[in-house]
Amino acid sequence: MNQELISAIVEEVVKQLMASGQLDISPSKECTCEDITSPECKASPLLDKPQDPEALERMIKRTTARIGVGRAGPRLKTQTLLALRADHAQARDAVMKDVDPKVLEDAGLFTVQTLCQDKDAFITRPDLGRQLSPEAVRTLKEKCIPNPDVQIYISDGLSSTAVEANANKILPVITEALQSKGLTVGTPFYLRFGRVGAQEHIAETLGAKVVCVLLGERPGLATAESMSAYITYNAYVGMPESKRTVVSNIHKNGTAAVEAGAYVAEVIAKILEQKASGVDLVK
Amino acid sequence: MRLSTVLAGKNFSFRSVKEVLAKANEEKSGDILAGIAATSDLERVAAKQVLSHLLVRDLRENPVVPYEDDEVTRINQDSIDPAVYNSIANWTIAELREYILSYDCTEDDLHRLSRGLTSEVIAGVCKLMSNLDLIYAANKVRVTATCNTTIGRRGCLSTRLQPNHPTDNVEGITASLFEGLSYGSGDALLGLNPVNDTSASLGEVLRRFDEVKNRFEIPTQICVLGHITTQIEAVEKGAPTDMIFQSIAGSQKGNSAFGFSAETVRQAQQLLKERGTAKGPNVMYFETGQGSELSSDAHYGADQVTMESRCYGFAREFNPFMVNTVVGFIGPEYLYDSRQVIRAGLEDHFMAKLHGVPMGCDCCYTNHMMADQNDIDNLSMLLASCGVNYILGVPTSDDVMLNYQTNAYHDAAAIREILGLRPIREFEAWLEKMGIMENGHLTARAGDPTIFVK
Repeated sequence: MNQELISAIVEEVVKQLMASGQLDISPSKECTCEDITSPECKASPLLDKPQDPEALERMIKRTTARIGVGRAGPRLKTQTLLALRADHAQARDAVMKDVDPKVLEDAGLFTVQTLCQDKDAFITRPDLGRQLSPEAVRTLKEKCIPNPDVQIYISDGLSSTAVEANANKILPVITEALQSKGLTVGTPFYLRFGRVGAQEHIAETLGAKVVCVLLGERPGLATAESMSAYITYNAYVGMPESKRTVVSNIHKNGTAAVEAGAYVAEVIAKILEQKASGVDLVK
Repeated sequence: MRLSTVLAGKNFSFRSVKEVLAKANEEKSGDILAGIAATSDLERVAAKQVLSHLLVRDLRENPVVPYEDDEVTRINQDSIDPAVYNSIANWTIAELREYILSYDCTEDDLHRLSRGLTSEVIAGVCKLMSNLDLIYAANKVRVTATCNTTIGRRGCLSTRLQPNHPTDNVEGITASLFEGLSYGSGDALLGLNPVNDTSASLGEVLRRFDEVKNRFEIPTQICVLGHITTQIEAVEKGAPTDMIFQSIAGSQKGNSAFGFSAETVRQAQQLLKERGTAKGPNVMYFETGQGSELSSDAHYGADQVTMESRCYGFAREFNPFMVNTVVGFIGPEYLYDSRQVIRAGLEDHFMAKLHGVPMGCDCCYTNHMMADQNDIDNLSMLLASCGVNYILGVPTSDDVMLNYQTNAYHDAAAIREILGLRPIREFEAWLEKMGIMENGHLTARAGDPTIFVK
């Protein structure tokens, strides 16, 4: 058999295999983005040769789910795998790390702690994360003005990253908006290892009419920066959950901190006006 | 009934069967949170030792929630076959364990045995099993159920395709649905967790599922997992569904915290008989998960394995098509890390099968738990190796609505290949017709959601 004939046969076989999809010698599709966790990168499909590329683009726009990702055999492509790992790592760090002291210092916040001694106790003992340490009670009484109309404070909850990303932006906005309405705003502080339910103890300790905690939410893979404001009128220990008003999804891809701050201030003003929060608040 | 023992030269005594059951549990953060866990490793083994000498009768006669107070206990006790029960009532739990594991005990024997076992007895024997015991024993049994197709046959591994969307956008849901189908996912169910629990919203998604199922002639089941009462309302207003779903707990108080009772389930079953789109007879879908009773203060001082077992005692009354534990969803205060989650997954699967319940598992974790995707790879392989009916499938493992991670669409394809498992027969034939699967492997065409676009 001569060389030419062999080449011709090989060429024909390769062509047929490629046409049937059994062979793929085109270079693997790779994203050219610098950062595989970026939204642009996630929006570009990794699937090789979709039957209808335009339809795929349309489908990807309709959901934040990671579709059109293709595969390596029956497994994920490397870029998909590593992007998932990166997002999970960010989420884990948000849960496990402490808030950067510099952020708290810049915001002029002093720190008090719940009955949790460390992160592990915080994760496994929600009951302790709802109670203040005796030292915290003493410090709050010493440093905070008593009986304010509104007591705002920051707490890590399940995301320190959320505090770092949003606290310095949202806190001044809420405070100034409330003060401009002639309301007294209590001395702000940071509660470490705090669950939402600690706000009842804070309200009772300081005699606040309205208590508002800005707290880091459990991170998903989409964002580790999400913060919520839980706001309660006349909070007391043992009150039903339904008395809380919640403003959630505060982060740069949700409601941005500054915008959310203005909204939270409005909600607080309305709560004071109606002397009610949660399900009792008329919207 | 002896509630004390000497172990390693120390005396241990317990006040009640409930305390023995709790302390005999493998370590779980939820039992510690409830204040009922063994206080040392040795005390844990002492409780197991006491448990191993208790009789089947002792556990049946000491349900962890009193018969008079609780519908779940009543359903459980009243469903027991007296002849089967009487033949084993005087066995110790150790003997029961060894019988289950013995070569003498066949699959048919286990199906028969099942009818004589209360949930407390099954939880008890579970606590004396190692992980490999749980896998070995569970692998003896297959529990099948039929809705449109039949799930749970030996040699099958099915998946629930879960195309969740952060705002229930129907086109977005459909995009995820097509992606999943193109990987051969969805033979157990096309099932959405909705954001909006209204009958109108449920109806809209169900109509889309129904349309896709019919247009492509997919032999599977559909369901949208709203609250049971919302689903009933949706069906009454004409929404097409094959199944109705509800999360269940191991006590009446827990179910009432979920907003339903046994009567509500009966009502749903009756409605589906008249107006459901499935041929049946198995038309209910339940989800469970260790720790949910403690979280609603409905655990009566009992441990989370025993309460979980009682969920299956409740479920079997209604002959469901599918039941799954959402094992790692609840958080680290109940299941601390992957070790506890994997143990719980194996326990739940074993206990459900011993009840005769067709069991799947949502092998999952949240981001505040000490676990990662490698642990989910492990758990799903372990469960597939002991014949779990189904696992979940979402795009790449990331559920963008529930904010947790479970199995990726890809996973079932890999696991099926490794263990020689197949989808439900009719569904596999459909995948072959669509050019997605060939001889149990994905084809070159698989993974392209646009093959479903007109």
